[in-house]
Amino acid sequence: MIKARVTVTLKNGVLDPQGKAIEGALGSLGFEGVHQIRQGKVFDLELDTSDRVKAEEDLKAMCEKLLANTVIENYSIALL
Amino acid sequence: MKSAVVQLPGLNRDRDMIAALTRISGQAPVTVWQTETEIPDVDLIVIPGGFSYGDYLRCGAIAARMPVMQAIREKAEKGVKVLGVCNGFQILVEAGMLPGALMRNSSLKFVCKQVKLEVVNAETDFTRAYAPGQIIRCPVAHHDGNYFVEAETLKAMNDRNQVVFRYAEGTNPNGSMLDIAGVVNEAGNVLGMMPHPENLIEAAHGGTDGRGIFASALDVIAA
Repeated sequence: MIKARVTVTLKNGVLDPQGKAIEGALGSLGFEGVHQIRQGKVFDLELDTSDRVKAEEDLKAMCEKLLANTVIENYSIALL
Repeated sequence: MKSAVVQLPGLNRDRDMIAALTRISGQAPVTVWQTETEIPDVDLIVIPGGFSYGDYLRCGAIAARMPVMQAIREKAEKGVKVLGVCNGFQILVEAGMLPGALMRNSSLKFVCKQVKLEVVNAETDFTRAYAPGQIIRCPVAHHDGNYFVEAETLKAMNDRNQVVFRYAEGTNPNGSMLDIAGVVNEAGNVLGMMPHPENLIEAAHGGTDGRGIFASALDVIAA
């Protein structure tokens, strides 16, 4: 079994109103000097394989087909 | 003309859509469940609004991968008209049948109100009942209607008149890029829009501004 973590983030240039709101909230809690907050998603997965190459290929396909919307999001894959 | 309304778990505007289509076309649409792989012979397929799959992952993301969407895609490629309203629009962009993406409203709030729309392109199969530049009223009710598309695609869309509706007179409720409220595909037979025209088609609704979209698509403008 292979464990993996997929991280999906907004592309540069795509406005992130949620990130902005979080930034504002941190400021109001007294955390100064926090900039450029971008909210993203993390997916932890377990795959029934020991083939790391195939696992990476499959995860890439999963990202392209479902986990990320590649119009607005980037993704990165880490095998753990 | 015959129509079909797609039903998926979590969609809740299907009844309003069925009522609108029945009233305007004079015959009830057929309903198509998400697992169906064949769609009856119709002229117009409508994906109504709601919260398919609880808006999990991204609005419309799971619905866009259901078997029925492949069948809709095949019909669209053959020229059948497809209309997606609200969550239906989100599903169509997630399915890659329309360009762009619909993101969280810039206010981060769910908006439920009436807006004004400019009919930017009155030459589509869905807008022939209107005059170019006509301003109509239309209700909106959504949390993720903030349209985004990359600059290169937007330029191509503008060149092809693919922006069909814009929020007018400062009524953009969601921060949508260039006030875009509805877009059509390159072939012109798939329209997605965030506002709900099915909720402004009879006097009891307070107006009939939304009727023209269905009258155009169902070819009953004169009726």
